[in-house]
Amino acid sequence: MKRLLKHRELLLVGIIAIMVAGFATRAPGFATPANLANIFNDTSILIILALGQMTVILTKSIDLSVAANLAFTGMAVAMLDAAYPGLPLALLVVLAIGIGAALGAINGYLVWALQIPPIVVTLGTLTIYRGMAFVLSGGAWVNSHQMTPGFLNFPRVSVLGMPLLSWIAIVIVLLMWGLLTRTAFGRSAYASGGNPTAAVYAGIDIGKTRFFAFVLSGALSGLAGYLWVSRYAVAYVDVAAGFELDTVAASVIGGISIAGGIGSVAGAVLGALFLGVIKNALPVIGISPFAQMAISGIVIVLAVVFNARAERRAGRIILRDRGAKEVSA
Amino acid sequence: MNVAAPMPDEMPDQINEVEALPARGAPILEMRGISQIFPGVKALDGVSIALYPGEVTALIGENGAGKSTLVKILTGIYRPSEGEIVIDGQPVTFASAQDAIDAGVTAIHQETVLFDELTVSENIFLGHAPRTRFGLIDWKVMSARASELLRALESEIDPTIRLKDLSIAQRHLVAIARALSVEARIVIMDEPTAALSRKEIDDLFRIVEGLKKQGKAILFISHKFDEVYEIAENFVVFRDGRAVGSGRLAETPQDTIVRMMVGRDVSNIFPKVEVSIGQTVLAVENYCHPTEYRDISFALKRGEILGVYGLIGAGRSELCQALFGVSRPSSGRLVLEDQELTIRSPRDAIAAGIVYVPEERGRHGLALPMPIFQNMSLPSLARTSRSGFLKAANELALARKYAERLDLRAAALSVPVGTLSGGNQQKVVIGKWLATLPKVIILDEPTKGIDIGSKAAVHGFISELASEGLSIIMVSSELPEILGMSDRVLVMREGLSAGIFDRSQLSAETLVRAATGNA
Repeated sequence: MKRLLKHRELLLVGIIAIMVAGFATRAPGFATPANLANIFNDTSILIILALGQMTVILTKSIDLSVAANLAFTGMAVAMLDAAYPGLPLALLVVLAIGIGAALGAINGYLVWALQIPPIVVTLGTLTIYRGMAFVLSGGAWVNSHQMTPGFLNFPRVSVLGMPLLSWIAIVIVLLMWGLLTRTAFGRSAYASGGNPTAAVYAGIDIGKTRFFAFVLSGALSGLAGYLWVSRYAVAYVDVAAGFELDTVAASVIGGISIAGGIGSVAGAVLGALFLGVIKNALPVIGISPFAQMAISGIVIVLAVVFNARAERRAGRIILRDRGAKEVSA
Repeated sequence: MNVAAPMPDEMPDQINEVEALPARGAPILEMRGISQIFPGVKALDGVSIALYPGEVTALIGENGAGKSTLVKILTGIYRPSEGEIVIDGQPVTFASAQDAIDAGVTAIHQETVLFDELTVSENIFLGHAPRTRFGLIDWKVMSARASELLRALESEIDPTIRLKDLSIAQRHLVAIARALSVEARIVIMDEPTAALSRKEIDDLFRIVEGLKKQGKAILFISHKFDEVYEIAENFVVFRDGRAVGSGRLAETPQDTIVRMMVGRDVSNIFPKVEVSIGQTVLAVENYCHPTEYRDISFALKRGEILGVYGLIGAGRSELCQALFGVSRPSSGRLVLEDQELTIRSPRDAIAAGIVYVPEERGRHGLALPMPIFQNMSLPSLARTSRSGFLKAANELALARKYAERLDLRAAALSVPVGTLSGGNQQKVVIGKWLATLPKVIILDEPTKGIDIGSKAAVHGFISELASEGLSIIMVSSELPEILGMSDRVLVMREGLSAGIFDRSQLSAETLVRAATGNA
């Protein structure tokens, strides 16, 4: 499976390269390093969120509240910055991560302690967190002139030719890779999703593992909340509406099994980049925004079909005996 | 052990002669020379049985003797590899479950397959509900016919209430009503009394008597002898996929049947190594659970193999899961090496040195998408990590050690466990638990579903572990395995301890009697 996954990730790299090359024939300049760096920067927030989502999915759960969490934390730090311009930026970022983690912990607690299915919990908290953003702001916008320049410009600061936003995404990717492959938590996450019963028997607390996956996803959503608001220089209730589905789509395209236990950081990043390339390319080659949504949707469905087939192929060896039994029977 | 009675293998022919008693009608159903071959396993080997109108035939045999396979053939779920089924003198083939129903065969299963959220009448008529002339379900007729069926079973269950509001015994009645809602002349009852109280069993038997009077042929599967003698006229004993004896119960003493069930020479095929037994390692005192078991006590010594025998549902696995912390006993003490312990989770158990190799190794044992070495190291991560970070090199070294020891055949230790054969997956599970360096290892049905050759290898390995000083609790439903491997045997019956027997006292008859509750 690992070989297959590696293979699949290479395949995804190939597909992305072919897409870029194809788009470049229609829109000269699409494949220039500057434009590609631009696309990466554009996709950074999706990458960060997809990595959180992926961790949750690995444990056989799903977090539909990431975008609502982002909207609430983004609104909270934007309002704080507007109300108290003297607050240091570092404190605001830490606050954003902290609030996000707290909201994630609520999801995690409901899933862990009350044993409510994750999809129900996060469907509920999705609405609650958006509602909280509305209550907090009274429906009002926080516009760019209300926020401090430091708050707004931080993601745009150029380091070694790339904006900080891109660097943050790269650091998160590395941290997540380390977390999932080099720590007991990461291994527990794979085991909890790969076979929950076996995980329990091996002494892993799958409830706790899921809880921490949700906290992590929440913390990354909180960070993304600040990044989003400062990048787009505006905070309002409907920020990133529906973006949770993009994070799920990026994970699925990247080969993370929705049934849990299978997937890699590289896959999630490539899945996010795949969506990023399409989103950036379609307007450039003159496809209407309506067609864009349909095309994105088709691609996601194709990815799921492809995934399902890949997983089945992996399982065939185990099931051969049983399959033969049933055929002979 | 040696069986004094006629060697069962010689018996079928003679007894089949006896079976053709005069003054009975022709059999409704005959199975002739039925074999069922699965890859690597012959589940049934040339079995012949006959069912007569108005008579109950008891099918008796140990777990795994082939009873369920026979039921699946009769109900059209399996197609036999060899042999024929004859109904009313006409050979038939069942291409599907529906064919079997159409031919008049119906089955009441051990675990009744009913739907909690549907009403009683919907459950009874699911799949063959009466229709109106517009093709819609005719609720009126359905309710009326359901009431009729239930009344025939002397039951006052309201057919419009939901199944989830019924007691277990009432659900059973619904299952029976469902079986009888099709025109059936052959009724298979697969351990119908397993979940019933004595009074409910009496009610069930009245129903069975009623069915007999209607001239139905009944195949009654049970391993409780008292019930069999109470309700059945004929018997067939299965062992290892073969019909090793059959005849009239009235003419056959129970001892003969017990011998047919277990009779085989087991002393030689088990590589039991005499090990010097050491000090007590684990003492369990008065373990109780609200519903599964009560007052279980035993002591386990160093190097000892304690067999745990009992029928399915006797509470054996539940007890072992409590020892491992998957569930918790409601009361009782556990002392490991002179220290009283409370085991709250598998993590506690692993840390204390008690591990459990579960019965369903696929479902409970392995994360199939994960590489072999990660599966092996999963319970030992605390030892292979350094300051919270996993060390792949240590994990691989650990995995390599146990892979070599267990002769694991794999292309590489980094391939997913799911790509291995069943036998090799088994080795990964065992290796994973040995790697935790346990003091006590609980093996739940260690050889279930593996072929004879591998069984011997597993048994040899278990002996080897014992000789290294590990204490072993071996849960098994296979008598030869229990008899061949155990130093002592704890027999459980319906959640209670039915005695602990020393190796010197062990015999198949003793254990079967203790497990089935026959004096």
